[in-house]
Amino acid sequence: MSRAHMISVRNLDIVGHRPDGGTVPIVRDVSLEVREGQMLALIGESGSGKTTIALSLLGHVRPGCAISGGQITVAGHDVTSMTRHELRGFRGRTISYVAQNAGTAFNPALSIAQQVIEPARVHWAMTRQQAERKMIELFRALALPEPETIGARYPYQLSGGQLQRLMAAMALITDPEIVVFDEPTTALDVTTQIEVLAAFRAVLADRGITGVYVTHDLAIVAQIADHAVVLRHGQVRESGTVARILGNPQDEYTRELVAACRIPPRATPCAPMASAREDRVLDLSDVIVGYGNRTAEGLPERRILDHVSLSVPRGSTLGIIGESGCGKSTLARTISGLQPWAAGQVVFRGEALAPAVADRTREQRRRLQIVAQNADLVLNPAWRIGATIERVLTFFHGMKGAEARAEAMRLLDMVRLPHALLERYPAELSGGQKQRVNFARALAARPDLVLCDEITAALDPVVAAAILELMAELQETLGISYIFITHDLHAVRAVCDQVAVLYAGHVVEQCDSQSLTAGAHHPYTRLLVSSVPEMRAGWLADAMALRHAEGAPAAQRRADGGCQFFSRCDMRMPGQCDRGPVPVHTLPDGARIACYRSCADLAFPGGVAPAAPLHSYES
Amino acid sequence: MSGMTTGFRALRLPSLTPAQRVMGLFGFWLVLAVCGPFFAPYAPGQIIDTEVFAPLSHRHWLGTDYLGRDLGSRLLYAVRYTVLICTLSTAFSCGCGILLGIATTATPAWMEQVAGRLMDGILSIPSLLCALLVIAAFGDSLLALVLTLGVIYTPGAYRTSRALALRIARMDYITVAVARGEGALFIIWREILPNMRGPLLADVGLRFIYAVLLLSNLSFLGLGVQPPLVDLGSLVRENVLGLVYGSGAVILPTIVIGVLTVGINLVLDGTSRR
Amino acid sequence: MNARLARLVLRRIGAALCSLLFVVVAIFALTAALPGDVADMLLGQNATPDATQALRHALHLDQPLWLRFMHWCGGMLHGNAGNSLLTGRPVSEMLAPRLYNSLLLAGATTLVAVPLALVLGLACATWRDSVFDRVMTVLTLGIVSVPAFLIATVSVFVFAVQFRVVPALSDIRSIHSVGQFFLTFAMPVATLASITMAQMIRMIRACMIDVFSAPYMEMAVIKGVPPVRIMLHHALPNAIGPVANAIALSLSSLLGGVVVIETIFNYPGLAQLMVDSVMSRDVPIIQACTLLFCMTYLFLTTLADIVALASVPKGRGA
Ligand SMILES: Nc1ncnc2c1ncn2[C@@H]1O[C@H](COP(=O)(O)OP(=O)(O)OP(=O)(O)O)[C@@H](O)[C@H]1O
Ligand code: SF4
Ligand SMILES: [Mg+2]
Repeated sequence: MSRAHMISVRNLDIVGHRPDGGTVPIVRDVSLEVREGQMLALIGESGSGKTTIALSLLGHVRPGCAISGGQITVAGHDVTSMTRHELRGFRGRTISYVAQNAGTAFNPALSIAQQVIEPARVHWAMTRQQAERKMIELFRALALPEPETIGARYPYQLSGGQLQRLMAAMALITDPEIVVFDEPTTALDVTTQIEVLAAFRAVLADRGITGVYVTHDLAIVAQIADHAVVLRHGQVRESGTVARILGNPQDEYTRELVAACRIPPRATPCAPMASAREDRVLDLSDVIVGYGNRTAEGLPERRILDHVSLSVPRGSTLGIIGESGCGKSTLARTISGLQPWAAGQVVFRGEALAPAVADRTREQRRRLQIVAQNADLVLNPAWRIGATIERVLTFFHGMKGAEARAEAMRLLDMVRLPHALLERYPAELSGGQKQRVNFARALAARPDLVLCDEITAALDPVVAAAILELMAELQETLGISYIFITHDLHAVRAVCDQVAVLYAGHVVEQCDSQSLTAGAHHPYTRLLVSSVPEMRAGWLADAMALRHAEGAPAAQRRADGGCQFFSRCDMRMPGQCDRGPVPVHTLPDGARIACYRSCADLAFPGGVAPAAPLHSYES
Repeated sequence: MSGMTTGFRALRLPSLTPAQRVMGLFGFWLVLAVCGPFFAPYAPGQIIDTEVFAPLSHRHWLGTDYLGRDLGSRLLYAVRYTVLICTLSTAFSCGCGILLGIATTATPAWMEQVAGRLMDGILSIPSLLCALLVIAAFGDSLLALVLTLGVIYTPGAYRTSRALALRIARMDYITVAVARGEGALFIIWREILPNMRGPLLADVGLRFIYAVLLLSNLSFLGLGVQPPLVDLGSLVRENVLGLVYGSGAVILPTIVIGVLTVGINLVLDGTSRR
Repeated sequence: MNARLARLVLRRIGAALCSLLFVVVAIFALTAALPGDVADMLLGQNATPDATQALRHALHLDQPLWLRFMHWCGGMLHGNAGNSLLTGRPVSEMLAPRLYNSLLLAGATTLVAVPLALVLGLACATWRDSVFDRVMTVLTLGIVSVPAFLIATVSVFVFAVQFRVVPALSDIRSIHSVGQFFLTFAMPVATLASITMAQMIRMIRACMIDVFSAPYMEMAVIKGVPPVRIMLHHALPNAIGPVANAIALSLSSLLGGVVVIETIFNYPGLAQLMVDSVMSRDVPIIQACTLLFCMTYLFLTTLADIVALASVPKGRGA
C-alpha cells in the first residue's frame, strides 16, 4: 500500500460567522483517518456537522463558514493550504462528491450527459468520445435504464433514484481516488434506496475506491462502511470499526443512537382484527378519491384512492405504509374531511361521516383529531403555545381563562413538556418539542381517534423514538385509537396493531403488524419489507440475491384493469393479473390480501424470509 | 442592500420592532401633514415680499418663491397635500387589494378568475399613462387623484396579498383549524392575517412610496394638484426657473420628497432584511 | 420549436391579446366618459344648438356607444386614428414624427442602459456585500425612490446650469453635427438611463443572487469547474428567463420616465404630445398615444415571458 492514509484530518475546527460579527463553532477538534480502499461512515443527527466536514475534504466551505484550525490531508495533498487553482484541479479529479438531494444538485437547464461528462472535460482527462463511452459504461454499471440514451434527458424527466445514480456516475467519470457520499439515499423510498445502494456498492467494490459516506441511518452504515465516526454538535463522540460501534457502542450517545434504531417491536400482543362492527372505531368501505373529469358513472377519472376499505379496531393502532405518492396523506385528509370522497362510506363510531368537514357535527370533529406531518408548519407562528392549546379547549369545551390554562398545563405534563413553554412561540421550540405540542393540541379535544401523518419523518432517530414511546403510553392511559401513517417499518412494528399496505391508491393488504415478516403476504408487502435495511452485515447482498433470483424484467401493464402492481411484480401472471378486478383473500387470522395468486403461493418462500427480528447485528 | 442595513444599524433604536419603526416614521409624516399648516406663519397664497426667490432670512425662514410668497408656509401645505392624498390612495389600493386578495383564496374559482383578469388588465397599462388617461377623463380634482392613484396600485396589493395568503393557507396549521371546524372569518382574521402582517406592512409602505412618486411626477407635469392648492411636485414645477439661481424654492421641495420616500424605503429595506 | 413550446407561446400571446382588448376597451371607455360634451367644449363661445348638432353628427357622437366603439376600433385597425380636435390634422400624421423621436430616445436609452445594468447587476451579485455592492445599493435605492423629474432637474442644474457642458433643452431640429447630436441627446438619455438602470440593477442583482445560491452552483464548484465556465455554462442558462423579465419590467419604468423627461427637456416626442393633449383634452391623440405605449409595454413583457419559457428545458419540452 503506497499511502497508509488516503484521508487524514487532524484537529479540524470550522466556525460560522453570525450576522452580528460573532462566530459559532460548527466543527470542533475533529480528527479522522481513512485507509486506501476503505469506506468511512460519518454518522450523526441533523445539524451535527456531517456535511460541513464532508465538504471540507474537498477544500470547500459554505459561504459564511471558515476553517479556523487543523489540517486536512487528502491523497497526499494538504487541502487547507492549496490555492484556488490547485483546488480546481483537485476537486472532481482526485476527490468527488455525491450530493444529498440530486434533484436540486443537477442544473435544470443542462442535459444529464452535459453535466456527467463535465468533470472529465474540465480536467482534460479524456476526449469527448472517450468520456461519452465511459459515461454509458458507468450508467450500465449503475443499472440505469436505457444507458445509451438516458444522458440526453433533462433532470426534470428523471426520478429521484435515477438522479441519485446519475450523480454517482458524474462523480466516478474521472476515476477519482476518493468519493464523498452525502446522504445519497435519504430522500428515496426504501424500495428505491436498496437498488441505489446495491448499485453504489457494486461500482465502488469494482474500482477499489476510497470513500466517505455521510448518513444518519445505522442500517445503511452496516451495509456499506468499514469504519465509522459518530458526531454530535460538531464533535467526534466515538470512532472505530462499524462492527464494534454497532455491536458494542461505548459512548453514551452512540448507545442511544443504536438503541433508537432498534426500536423493539411492541411487547403487548396485537389487537385482533375486530369482526363486530361495534368493536371498530372507524370503517372505510370502497372509498374513492380523485381529481379531474368525471366518468360516466360520476366517478373521477384520475384516482388517488381507489376502492379503499379499512377498519380500525377500538383502542388500537392501524399503520398505513406505502411509498411516496401512494396516497397516504390523501387518505388522512379524506378521513378528516378535508378532501371529500367521490364514492364509498366512512363510518366513525357507528355514525356515517359526511364527506366535507363543514357538514360534520362538532362532536364528530372533536372526536377525530389530526396530527400533521411537518412540525414546523403545524403550529401557527404568530400564536404562543398556550394560545394554540387553549383555543382548542375553548372551541370544544368552552373553557376560558384560568380553567383553560390549568388544563393546558395538564396537557403539557401529559406530553412531558415544561409549563414554561406556554409563553413561548413555536420558533423558539425544537422539532421534537413542536411535535409534542402538536400532540397536546390534538389531545386537548379529548379525541377517540388521532390521525398521525408521518409525525416522526422529520425528527432525528433518538427524538422520534421518544415520540413513539409517548404515543404508546398515551394509548394505554387514555385508550385512544390511532391511524399511524408512515414509511418507516420499524415504527410500524413498534406501535401498530394492524397494518394496511397502500400501493398506488389501493389497499393491497391489511394484516397484523407483527406477522409482516412471516406467513403469506402480497408481493408488494414483501418487496417493501425486504427493502428495509437491517443492521446486519451482508443484508444488502442477501436481499439483492433474493430479488435477482425471483426478479423478472419490468413489464408494462397492458390494460387499465387488473393489478396496479403488475409491472413491478415478480410473481405476476400475464394474461390473468392484468385484467379484471383483483380477488381479495381473507386469511384465517383476519388478514386480507388483494392478489390473483393463491395464499400458498404468497407464503414467504422456503424460509428465506428473515425469521429473526428485523434488527440484529451479527458481524 | 445590506450596505443600507449596516449604515442604518447604527441609527436603529434597539427597542423598536421593524413594524413599530415603519409606523413611527409614517406617523411622523401624518402628524406633520395634519398639524404642520397650523404653524405656518403666512397663508400659502399670500404674497409677502417683492423679492422673488429670496434667500433665507429671519422674516421668511426658507426664503420666498417665484411670486414672493413665503416658501416655508407653502412647503407645510405641500406636505399636507402630498402626504394626505397618498395616504388616502394607499388606503384605498391596499384596502381593496388586500381584501380581494384574501377573499379570492376562499371564494369560487370563477371570482378569482374575474378579479385576476381585471387586475392583469390594469397592470398592463403603465402607471403614469394610466394616470394621464384617467385625469384626461375625469379631470384633476383631489378626489379623482386619490381614486386614480388608488386604482393604479390595487393590482400590486392584490397580487402580493393573494400570494401571501395562498402560501399561508397551504400551511398545516390552517389545515388543522379547518379540520377543527373554525369559521372562515376566524381563519382569515386570526390564523392567516397575523402571519401576513410583516410582509404586508412592507408592501403598503412600498405602495405609499409609489403613490408619492407618481403624484409628484403628475404635479410636476402640471396634471396633478392644481393651483391654488399646492403639493410637493407642483411646488417644484412652479419654481423650476429658480434652478438657475440655485434657489431654495426648487431645491427644498425636492429634498423633502427625497427624505420622505428614501426614508420610508430605508426603514422598509431594514425590515425585509430581518 | 416543438408542439409543447408552441402551445405555451400561443397561450401567452392569447393572454397578451386579452390584455390588449382590456386596454382598448378601457381607453375607449375612459375617453368616452369625458365630462361634458366634446362638441360643446370645442365650439366654446360659438355653440349654437345647430352647430353643436352638426358637429356631434360629424364626430359620430350621436351614435350609440357600442357603434362608436366599433367605428373607433375599425379606424385604429386601418391606421386611421381620427383627427386631432385641436388642429384638425390626422392623428397619424401628427404622431409619426413624434413617434420617430421617441423611439430614438428610448432606443438610445435602451442601448446604454441594458448592457450597463447587466454588467453592474452581475457585478453586484458576484461581489455581494462588497464595498462596490453597498455603494451601488445605496445609489440605486436612492434613484428608485425619488421621482423621475427630480433626477432630471438635479442633472440639469449640475451639468447645464453649473458646468454648462450640455444644453438644458434638447432642440433636435438644431442638430448639425455628430458632436451636437451627442451633446443634445446626452442629458435626456443619461437621466432616462439612470432611472431605468437603477430599477434594472436591483432586479438583476436579486435574480442573480437567487441563481448563485442554487445547489447546482455549489455542485459545479465542487466538480472543479472554472469560474468563467460556471458563469457561462451553469448560471447563464438559468438566469436568462428571470433577467429577461426583470429587464422588461424595468423598461416599463422607462416608459413612465420618457413622459417626464420629454417634458422637462422639451423633447418633441410622443410623450410630450400626450401630456399636452391631456391638458387640452385632445381625445383622439390621447387615445392613440396611450394605445401605442400600452402595445409597446405588452409586447415587451410578452416577449420576455416567451424568452423565459424557451430558456428552460421544461418549457422547451426538450
Ligand atoms: N391537488 C392534486 N391534484 C392532482 N394530483 C394530486 C393532488 N394532490 C395530490 N396529488 C397526487 O396524489 C398522489 C398521492 O399524494 P399524497 O400526498 O397522498 O402521497 P403520500 O403517500 O402522502 O406521499 P409522501 O410519502 O411523499 O408524503 C400523488 O401522486 C400526488 O401527486
Ligand atoms: S395480482 Fe398478479 S401482478 Fe398483482 S401482485 Fe398478485 S401476482 Fe403480482
Ligand atoms: Mg405525505
